[in-house]
Amino acid sequence: MMGFFSLIWASLWRKKTRAWLTLLSLICAFLLFGLLQALSVFFTAGADFVGASRLIVQSRVSFTDSLPIRMLPEIAGVPGVRDVSHDQWFGGVYGENTQIFTFATDPARLRRVYTEWVMSDAEWQAFESTRTGAIVGRKLADQYGWKVGQKLPLKSNIFPLKSGRMAWEFDIVGIYDGKDASWQAQTQGMYINFDYFSEANQFGAGSAGVFAVLLDDPNKSNEVARAIDARFLNSPDETKTQSEKDFNKGFFSQIGDIGLIVSLILVAVFFTILILTGNTMAQAVRERIPELAVLKTLGFNNTQVTLLVLAEATLLCALGALIGLGLASLAISGLAQEVPFFAAVRADATVWLQGLLAMLALALAVGLPPALRAGRIRIVDALAGR
Amino acid sequence: MLKQTIQIVLLNLRSIPQRLGASLVIVIGIAGVVGVFTALFAMARGIDSTLIATGDPLNAMVLRGGSQAELNSTVSRETLDLASTAPGVRQTSDGKPMVSGELIVIAELPRKGETLGANVTLRGIGEQGLALRKNLSISEGRAFTPGLQELIVGRGAAEQFEGLSVGKSVRLRGSEWNVVGIFTSNDAFESEIFTDIATSQTAWGRPNTFSTALVGLADAGQFEPFTATLTADPRLNVEVRNQRDYFTAQTKETGQGVKVLGTVVAVIMALGAVFAALNTMYASVSTRTREIATLRAIGFSPFPVVVSVMVEAMLLALLGGAIGALLAYLLFNGMTVSTLGGGFSQLVFNFKVTPGLVGSGLMLALLIGFLGGLLPALRAAWMPVTTALRAG
Repeated sequence: MMGFFSLIWASLWRKKTRAWLTLLSLICAFLLFGLLQALSVFFTAGADFVGASRLIVQSRVSFTDSLPIRMLPEIAGVPGVRDVSHDQWFGGVYGENTQIFTFATDPARLRRVYTEWVMSDAEWQAFESTRTGAIVGRKLADQYGWKVGQKLPLKSNIFPLKSGRMAWEFDIVGIYDGKDASWQAQTQGMYINFDYFSEANQFGAGSAGVFAVLLDDPNKSNEVARAIDARFLNSPDETKTQSEKDFNKGFFSQIGDIGLIVSLILVAVFFTILILTGNTMAQAVRERIPELAVLKTLGFNNTQVTLLVLAEATLLCALGALIGLGLASLAISGLAQEVPFFAAVRADATVWLQGLLAMLALALAVGLPPALRAGRIRIVDALAGR
Repeated sequence: MLKQTIQIVLLNLRSIPQRLGASLVIVIGIAGVVGVFTALFAMARGIDSTLIATGDPLNAMVLRGGSQAELNSTVSRETLDLASTAPGVRQTSDGKPMVSGELIVIAELPRKGETLGANVTLRGIGEQGLALRKNLSISEGRAFTPGLQELIVGRGAAEQFEGLSVGKSVRLRGSEWNVVGIFTSNDAFESEIFTDIATSQTAWGRPNTFSTALVGLADAGQFEPFTATLTADPRLNVEVRNQRDYFTAQTKETGQGVKVLGTVVAVIMALGAVFAALNTMYASVSTRTREIATLRAIGFSPFPVVVSVMVEAMLLALLGGAIGALLAYLLFNGMTVSTLGGGFSQLVFNFKVTPGLVGSGLMLALLIGFLGGLLPALRAAWMPVTTALRAG
């Protein structure tokens, strides 16, 4: 077996330049495949890691229309609802022009509904008891070097203070982590205390933003969502209630037809690579017909010669796929660290699996025709150079 | 020397049909690269040109200080009144100030053929709102009647969203709003829906508040004094933006993802194509080893040989580039799509395959051809004649 492998390895590198160039173009193809497929999965599946047990209640008009806080007890009273929290988009701006994902929320409710956020008891209590308190996600805090105990000047591009000024100031009382790696990647936002926010802003108390609903039974999410929407039908504040996953998915689907365009590119890339590699493989077999004839003379049978050529194609494709997908994974984890929007993009098992399937399909498509031809050559003709 | 070069180039090109398979590899590879490049950047071009066409340089937008975007801004009736009486404001023929207090809200509507909603900007506009948009004309139906829950819809929004045609109605804030007209403006406003300001303020429970005051100025020279007057007024906390600049500035953010994606994809694909072209040209040179050596033996100098290989590579590349650009043009040019624009709502735009873009695509093709041809050409030229003659 080892001998068979070293024979493949040797014939693969028979023409070094050609092997290297083919390998490099395969690497480029699979690097692109990994990057684009990860994006495509991201856009179509949305943030898959979100717990399905929560519902988000937004205004039916759109999520930018704030729902009033007076709806809270009514939503909490709907059968099947265990608990409710609310998030008001604050429009936080740090320094000159850096947007910070900031939400005004009720600390105790946040803690009960978003159990994915992990923070010490002392920090949770400080957030509840400090009016000007703010808690900051770990990644955000690390990015700007923010520490518990410091004051944080933050402007809002939406809400002025009663004085008309836009410059708010908060006390950082806690830094929260995610319960696992995918939630940890999402710790790029911050929360402020809703009581203080609604008292101090010029537009007055009253708007809660969107509500997050924790369910008694996650399997009843459709029924509860319909019950909530029915409760507010024909009022000025009609609601649209959906699972947190669909809410996020809707957000990303705003980006539009990117998914379609990405898949069109993938097809173009693969078609191109198929032609290029296929041609190279066919040429390699043509040049080696006398050698293959020698192998047959030595006692290799047709199947063995076919397998030999096919294995060579597969090996080349596999090398290209592994290196290319590896590079793509590296690039994606770099991108997720740098650009908050792409924090949830992953070159995960799905992407790798699809990449490896594509590799096998490619290997068969380019390797099989020359492999079959190689298996069929007749020793006499081949040795005679006919 | 020139004659030699031309002869060898022609000799070489005439032999391409014998190496058709290998030559096609270059053509197809580069067609793929240029096609993808052209399609992606046609999208970016479409977004940019829509935004750049939007806004009148004689219009000033009065926003609340620090609000960055219309959607975040809130200005009062007082601000609107002070802006109307500030110096430099253009008057209508019957002596009214050219001012439109506007309220922006975002409405989520289903996209055609999809169940998931996407956001569209709904803009309540004042009496002069249509007149302040010179490009805008009602192409179907009529304008809304102030006081009624009636909408006029931009052509782009009408194309992208379900149920936005004249005679249909949309449900917002618990009641039905009738679509009475479609407007055309060939800019970003075509992605929006307009209604009467007072009606929208009532429906959204925001009496006497506006997102922005849009003000027509008498001439370009009035922008400075107008801005100075409003920003110096101690009763106000506002920022004044030129409407044209406001939308042009959005080209930096909107479609940024497409531009980054386009660049990354084009670079990686181009690299892949260079490797493939190198492969093909090395193969092409090696099949012609004896021919080239013969030419060298009977006195041709290395230079024409180099040129002939380069010309072959670049001509094939150019052919591939042209096919790729043509495919992108046929498949995508004029296609209407929408993506997330400024302020959480959809911007509808058309793919634009411009001559400049095709030019860049062909340059890219030539660059790949050049890089792919150079090393094989040099190898062909410096091949030792004696060994080469004995080859293969």
